[in-house]
Amino acid sequence: MATDVKTTTCYMCACRCGIKVHLDGNKVRYIEGNKDHPINKGVLCAKGSAGIMHHNSPARLTGPLKRVGPRGSGEFEEISWDEALETATTWLSNIRARDPRRLAFFTGRDQSQAMTGYWASQFGTPNFAAHGGFCSVNMAAAGLYSIGGSFWEFGEPDWEKTRYFLMFGVAEDHDSNPIKAGLGKLKTGGRAKFVSVNPVRTGYSAIADEWVGIKPGTDGLFVLALIHELMRTRKIDLDYLVRYTNAHWLVSLDEDSPEHGLFIRDGLGNPLAWDNARGLTVGAHLPSINPALAGEFELPGGARVAPVLHLMAQRYLAAENAPDAVADKCGVPAGTIRRIAAELAQAAFSQEITLDIPWTDWVGRKHSKTTGRPVAMHAMRGISAHANGFQTCRALHVLQMLLGSIDCPGGSLYKAPFPKPVPPGPKPVGKPSQVNPDTPMPGMPLGFPQEPKDLLVEADGSPARLDKAFSWEYPLAAHGMMHMVIRNAWAGDPYPIDTLFMYMANMGWNSSMNTGETIAMLTDKNEETGDYKIPHIIYSDAFYSETVAYADLILPDTTYLERWDVVSMLDRPISSADGPADAIRQPVVKPDRNVLPFQDVLIDLGARLGLPAFTNSDGGAKFPGGYADYIVNHERAPGIGSLAGWRGASGTEQGRGAVNPKQLDAYIENGCFWRHELPPEHRYYRHANGGYLRYAFDMGWIAHTGQITLQLYCEPLQRFRLAANGHGPVQPPDEHRGRVATYFDPLPFWFPPFDDGGSDGDGDDLPLHAITQRPMAMYHSWGSQNAWLRQIHGQNRLFINSATAAKLGLVDDDWVWIENGRGRVKGQIKCMEGCNPDTVWTWNAIGKRRGAWNLDEDAPEATKGFLLNHLIADILTPKGESKGRGYSNSDPITGQAAWFDLKVRIVKALPEEVGEAMPQFDPLPVRDVLDPPPTRLGGVIAR
Amino acid sequence: MTSLPTTPPEKKLGLVIDLDICVGCHACAVNCKEWNTGGEAGPLTDKDPYGADPEGVWFNRVHTYEAGSGADSRTVYFPRSCLHCEEPACVTVCPSGASYKRDTDGIVLVNYDTCIGCKLCSWACPYGAREYDQAEGVMKKCTLCVDRIYDEEIEEGRRVPACVSTCPAGARHFGDLGDPGSDVSKLVAGRGGYELMPELGYKPVNRYLPPRARKTEAGAANDAGPGQGAELSGFLAWVDRTLSR
Repeated sequence: MATDVKTTTCYMCACRCGIKVHLDGNKVRYIEGNKDHPINKGVLCAKGSAGIMHHNSPARLTGPLKRVGPRGSGEFEEISWDEALETATTWLSNIRARDPRRLAFFTGRDQSQAMTGYWASQFGTPNFAAHGGFCSVNMAAAGLYSIGGSFWEFGEPDWEKTRYFLMFGVAEDHDSNPIKAGLGKLKTGGRAKFVSVNPVRTGYSAIADEWVGIKPGTDGLFVLALIHELMRTRKIDLDYLVRYTNAHWLVSLDEDSPEHGLFIRDGLGNPLAWDNARGLTVGAHLPSINPALAGEFELPGGARVAPVLHLMAQRYLAAENAPDAVADKCGVPAGTIRRIAAELAQAAFSQEITLDIPWTDWVGRKHSKTTGRPVAMHAMRGISAHANGFQTCRALHVLQMLLGSIDCPGGSLYKAPFPKPVPPGPKPVGKPSQVNPDTPMPGMPLGFPQEPKDLLVEADGSPARLDKAFSWEYPLAAHGMMHMVIRNAWAGDPYPIDTLFMYMANMGWNSSMNTGETIAMLTDKNEETGDYKIPHIIYSDAFYSETVAYADLILPDTTYLERWDVVSMLDRPISSADGPADAIRQPVVKPDRNVLPFQDVLIDLGARLGLPAFTNSDGGAKFPGGYADYIVNHERAPGIGSLAGWRGASGTEQGRGAVNPKQLDAYIENGCFWRHELPPEHRYYRHANGGYLRYAFDMGWIAHTGQITLQLYCEPLQRFRLAANGHGPVQPPDEHRGRVATYFDPLPFWFPPFDDGGSDGDGDDLPLHAITQRPMAMYHSWGSQNAWLRQIHGQNRLFINSATAAKLGLVDDDWVWIENGRGRVKGQIKCMEGCNPDTVWTWNAIGKRRGAWNLDEDAPEATKGFLLNHLIADILTPKGESKGRGYSNSDPITGQAAWFDLKVRIVKALPEEVGEAMPQFDPLPVRDVLDPPPTRLGGVIAR
Repeated sequence: MTSLPTTPPEKKLGLVIDLDICVGCHACAVNCKEWNTGGEAGPLTDKDPYGADPEGVWFNRVHTYEAGSGADSRTVYFPRSCLHCEEPACVTVCPSGASYKRDTDGIVLVNYDTCIGCKLCSWACPYGAREYDQAEGVMKKCTLCVDRIYDEEIEEGRRVPACVSTCPAGARHFGDLGDPGSDVSKLVAGRGGYELMPELGYKPVNRYLPPRARKTEAGAANDAGPGQGAELSGFLAWVDRTLSR
């Protein structure tokens, strides 16, 4: 059978496992996990194992397409790549010469953002992002503004040493195999307790020692009540707090001052603490000081100040944060909250770990042992997909800091290149002055604002970006807001665009909120001119997804087995806690269709457009070898490129080093990844570990070797709030003042999510929360079209708590209408015990449009599958302060899409209504451009 | 009717599946299908793979159950495949001799060349482990990856069934359950591993490890002790101490 085995990196979800692909000539025969790979160590999940059917899918596009019928008709003509690229070049060069903002370039589930973002910057448009804004930016941003790392990609639990593991609402495709392996290890070790806080008891929650079936959107209340309990019982690690956090930093209490709520600083900008013994201020960053954590003090000149922990105690010891006050709202008994707090404290303080690992801190003090508080946490989508997700995730990190469990043995560990300064350095680029015709922007479009002057706004405070990220509406939208792009482009708000260029996101279907209206926006025309309101749409995808029919020009991508790719330290690498790692994909088979890798196409377009970084001085293409050429030869800074391994002319350097023309060969030789194992003395307390910080500096990850102080109190938020209260030169438009002043609280707090579901009253008519999760065996719509995986999940049900169903007179298999003020969706129910009684849920992205993905029109995904997206608002019902134009249904700080704030009611369908899901749309006539799918599969593939 | 080996097999190869850590991810089922459809036991045909009723041959399927109700309930994922019984009715019922149990390692297999597709074996198997391939007209089933576990071209540590090698949680184990000193036998002994429906008398070889007792009350009561409580002044007094950076 197999004649060859090649290694590469999986792309069946975001986990990026190492795989071995068994080949028979150009045919894939078997894919297995690579046992040497740091992420998956030989295992492979259902998605990865079904990669062979993904690769052979009949939904694969076969060549470039030009739309010839009306948008949405699916009438296309196959064209040559030359014609396709020339068409794109003509559209884009006109835009670039006139107004680069008129290109909106959004790259979906892109794993090459270090390159695509750079391309956007070279083009000169600020309107770039990938899909993070509707995925998990709340987790990334809250982590980076608190601890300089985050859950998942920038951190992981210490699975082996933890004694207590607390997990909150997890999306399966984020760290898929490491979490399963970690839980297996944790439970087999038998020493740790695993608590899962999640409205639904499936998957990981099913094997938890304790399942806490919380009401969606109330996790913040639960976490603040844990904090209350730990303070009440004095179970917080004061030594850790003064050494590693800003607990002792002094905050201005003078409410009328333009400095109110900011840290008190010395002339050099260093924060100050209060030295009780001497009765005066002292540099808070200095070692060996004895700072006060409590008390209010008066400075010379009369300013009143208090340390951060003092302010935290005032807030979190208040009765409103006590377990009894939040129990009903969370649906978790107060006694349970108190017990879990006690268990956390017991694990942290009675089971302290001491390892015989000497280490040296940032000022050179030697510590003979490494101690740890073995409490670890992980959280993901269930926290992030709420409008209060940023503050909730901040609360979680504060809880970790109070327990002293960040980057210690048994705690939550960083993954390189993190930790970084809080927040990390680069600020977003794309201010009006930074956007000019035929000119690159002076930096990358996405970044981390620290104060109002970092926002991307016009002189009048209105948004400079199409998606309104980094405006006063969503100031810390660090991943952009792809979910707002179609609406804003359609509305010409804040300005019209010319071309919408998208990659790898099914925005015409399951990746959009308010799907029906979104589709209508894609086809809507200007009544006077007869032109589409979004004049040009370019889309690159490997498959005939629902979105393809709405594009004017299709640039067909390869599958992940047919291209080069890089999982880069400049973007989101595959490091683990014990060391940095990055990876490549290599083409293991040649495409059998007229398709090209998207990254190759983009680099080609860059040269055709004359973008400086993609062009030589003679005007020729700088990377004629496409993405592989770019991966090896592009340097972001001298000696720093896409890959950290095997740098230098002889391939012996790591991190920094000259370009190595044989770098890809070295990666392939090593199984397509590079990994460096950190010595034990560099594995803990990395935010304050002198040896590690020096190493990270040498690798180019951080700009200085000083301590990275963890931020309980997030001063950047206060700077925005001060502006909202009228202080400072950069002021928000009046209509946004109240919102910014309310939500930009520098200490985490809880607020009820915004979306009222279009309720016609006070919400009582919509008694149920409705959420989704992704099956472990599927990643988005790509997984649910897979010949094998669709046999596992071919139809999604609406799951409902058995007792709730009984009250509504419903039994298994009943068809129901899921309704709110925005519409109604019909599907079939399944009762279960392990579901919060006030919550219904379904599997995400299984429902499909008839005809899409080359599935038969009577496929159950289309006839019985349904999407809740039709009920999820993209725009909130306007409230007074926003002058009739509603805010995005998103977190007010980060712009994260609030998918899980959905409220609904359930009504039994009439007898004549059963049997088919609703709504239904006209079938997509995909067969014109694709081969008919096989009616039988045997062997590896028999077409 | 087909006879079983006259003397017990030298080995009793089988699987041990840990229900304490199976998260129901279907990795085992899909990797099994992938390995076997291209292997000696293949193809594992799929009928109507892109149509209204996609239905294929799978040697391993994962079921989801809930046990109990209300607060006492739990979710259980249950992977199901051939148990390679010591006294398999599927073999003795076979009229053509196609189904057989190997006398070396106890693996129950089907010879496709002599299988007449009568399906008596699937009626005889109480575990629902047999899979009829409509397109090929023969009965198929888990082979414990017999084309893999003895393949010397595969590195030694990977010479286990595909489902075992791929399980992300480490919930699947493979070995000789006839040898009391084997790792799998020790695991079964240590964890109270059990066989499915022993009362039927087919003596399944595979074992399931039951979920461990949940750690439900690990924490001591967290009542505030002397000098503790939610009053701000008390907390601030507790914090007011000499701490050193």
